[in-house]
Amino acid sequence: MLRQIEGSAAVAETVARCRPEVVCAYPISPQTHIVEGLSDLVRAGDLSPCEYMTVESEFAALSVCIGAAAAGARAYTATASQGLLYMAEALYNASGLGLPIVMTVANRALGSPINIWNDHSDSMSQRDCGWLQLYAEDNQEAADLHVQAFRIAEELSLPVMVCMDGFILTHAVERVDVPEAGPVDAFLPPFEPRQLLDPAEPMTIGAMVGPEAFAEVKYLAHAKQLQALDTIPAVAAEFEQSFGRSSGGLVRGYRLEDAETVVVALGSVLGTIEETIDAMREEEGMPIGALAIKTFRPFPMEAVRAALQGAKRVVVLEKALAVGRGGIVSADVRMALSGIELDGHTVIAGLGGRPITGASLRRLFGDAVAGRLGPLTFLDLNWELIEAELGRMGEGGRSGPHAENILREVGVVAGGSH
Amino acid sequence: MERHQRVRFYQVGSHVVGNRLLDPEQRTVQARMDRSNTLTCGHRACRGCGEALGARYVLDAAKRAADGKLIAANATGCLEVFSTPFPETSWQLPWIHSLFGNAPAVASGVAAALRAKGRDDIRVVGQGGDGGTVDIGFGCLSGMFERNDDVLFVCYDNEAYMNTGVQRSGATPPAARTANTKPIGEHLGNRFGQGKDLPRIAMAHGIPYVATATVAEPHDLERKVETAMAIHGARYLHVFVPCPLGWGSEAHDTIKLARLVKETGLFPVFEAVEGEVVGVSRIRRRTPVEEYLKLQRRYAHLFGDPGHPEIVARLQAGADRNIREFHLLDPAGEEVAW
Repeated sequence: MLRQIEGSAAVAETVARCRPEVVCAYPISPQTHIVEGLSDLVRAGDLSPCEYMTVESEFAALSVCIGAAAAGARAYTATASQGLLYMAEALYNASGLGLPIVMTVANRALGSPINIWNDHSDSMSQRDCGWLQLYAEDNQEAADLHVQAFRIAEELSLPVMVCMDGFILTHAVERVDVPEAGPVDAFLPPFEPRQLLDPAEPMTIGAMVGPEAFAEVKYLAHAKQLQALDTIPAVAAEFEQSFGRSSGGLVRGYRLEDAETVVVALGSVLGTIEETIDAMREEEGMPIGALAIKTFRPFPMEAVRAALQGAKRVVVLEKALAVGRGGIVSADVRMALSGIELDGHTVIAGLGGRPITGASLRRLFGDAVAGRLGPLTFLDLNWELIEAELGRMGEGGRSGPHAENILREVGVVAGGSH
Repeated sequence: MERHQRVRFYQVGSHVVGNRLLDPEQRTVQARMDRSNTLTCGHRACRGCGEALGARYVLDAAKRAADGKLIAANATGCLEVFSTPFPETSWQLPWIHSLFGNAPAVASGVAAALRAKGRDDIRVVGQGGDGGTVDIGFGCLSGMFERNDDVLFVCYDNEAYMNTGVQRSGATPPAARTANTKPIGEHLGNRFGQGKDLPRIAMAHGIPYVATATVAEPHDLERKVETAMAIHGARYLHVFVPCPLGWGSEAHDTIKLARLVKETGLFPVFEAVEGEVVGVSRIRRRTPVEEYLKLQRRYAHLFGDPGHPEIVARLQAGADRNIREFHLLDPAGEEVAW
């Protein structure tokens, strides 16, 4: 049933219908509404049996999930930003142990400077931690991906992050058909762990592995991620059959048929990109399309190559920055396209919640088509501010902290009404 | 009324009352034919390792109390490394090692899963060394206490990071030499301070049960494990375990050192219920700290010519304060009357 509902509430209700047995919560914006919603559902008796644990850190939140999953429980938590970094050690541990935990990442920038708004720096920073990463374009997909995530995680015995843009999705009220309990139960069988802490059959989990076998264990982690390239589309197809709508999968093309220019992106920005593409096609007859990357880990090399190999130019729009180099997604896209000659552009956009407007995108795509775009572009950067600060630094001496200097220059109070 | 005389035990070097003289039912779990050998032979612990001994005493007693249904979550450290040189494992129980700093949280997660599944018959133990407990694992441990999760957490305290080569921890005593508190120049070992007195920090959480013990007294240790296992909620057991390698002591002195640390008053052996001390193991023969310190090369810089009697006096003062605070001497005087 379609309802007007906040993204976080839709995710909380959907997660509850996946019947997690242990939910662990530590507050960090913008994921808080999700775990608050789950707390209400557990307290009201709508989700039972379920242990809802409020812990003292994100590190503990994921560690509790590790223990719970090893003891055979379906385990869930959510985090964002600094919280994801605080979990970093446990992220690698959960994937290394092969524990099928599902976690929502309400994507948010990483400090310093501290910033609560959306970009993909958090989940991108953990792209190599062994978790699968699925990115939602809207709240319907965010809800649906959680049902698929538990299924994928448990089939492969690997943990899955469902990444949804903080605030833009988590706090947006839009129409969502929250998956109903009956179909979810039919789609998602009870969790049957591949390894279990059970006194009836004692098992040692988490032993030390030296040079004689470490590489093989790591290769198996890679092999399992490659298996996921088959599992993820299969689960998405089955989901479509059961629920009557398409969500998830590896990639999704938009107006690619004759596209000479293809914009590659992840998450909610695809909506603005597609509107811009529609306008440019209709008003200028521009052959332009988009490729949404739904699954970033494992990276769908073949699907990306197949979608992009006919293009003349590819613009990868990224909400994260590899400082000192440029794009993160771009590096993977370039690898998928190895041997194919085309113009490649990386655009860093939307950092720390900077709006990505239709007007900016239209200008950007126009520049790309006209050959005015360099290999690396920062969208809507205020060069005056940067040059002023570079100037202060050049004068030598104690020029002071960048963030505070720039804020003084801008003349607004940082953080607005928050 | 039948008068029941309580048998007291003293190990070699004092009045020997052997385990063998007891009724079979009164003997230690370790002395029983049916002990489970939860940490079985073949592991790679050093000769004279107090931690290996402590872990086996604790887990055998806990497993017996749980009718064999016990799961352990282990912090990174010596105990984890020496017990699981895979494909060999010394663990005869379901056992998980995740990270250095999260064993209490992993144990909480296991307990939560069991509760959700209605398996209250299976019990959970978390365990680690002093580094994994008082330092890097402290946040998770305090959280586990505060939530009163149904976990018995056991710290095997050998007073430094032994697995990485004997570096100082928050549980390292004053004046002790470690790899990064060497007596160089005017520095005489580890700094004087309170350290992290985790048993008392645990008590401040008001959890149902906190106890300290040493590997020198298995009857006392096992009784405390049994007491802890009879309770649900967060429980904490702090076991003093000498480390010959890290302390520069003889392997055959492990039990002697564990006995002396109590007899000097340096390590109060007590138990507390809901934050209140309800029992202490009294000092039987008050012993000056020198007798304990001189057996360990980590204190060698305090002795010899000229030595540092003022430092030894400060250590003695700390022991004396424990004796006063915990009433470690029998009220009738130093001689125990029984």
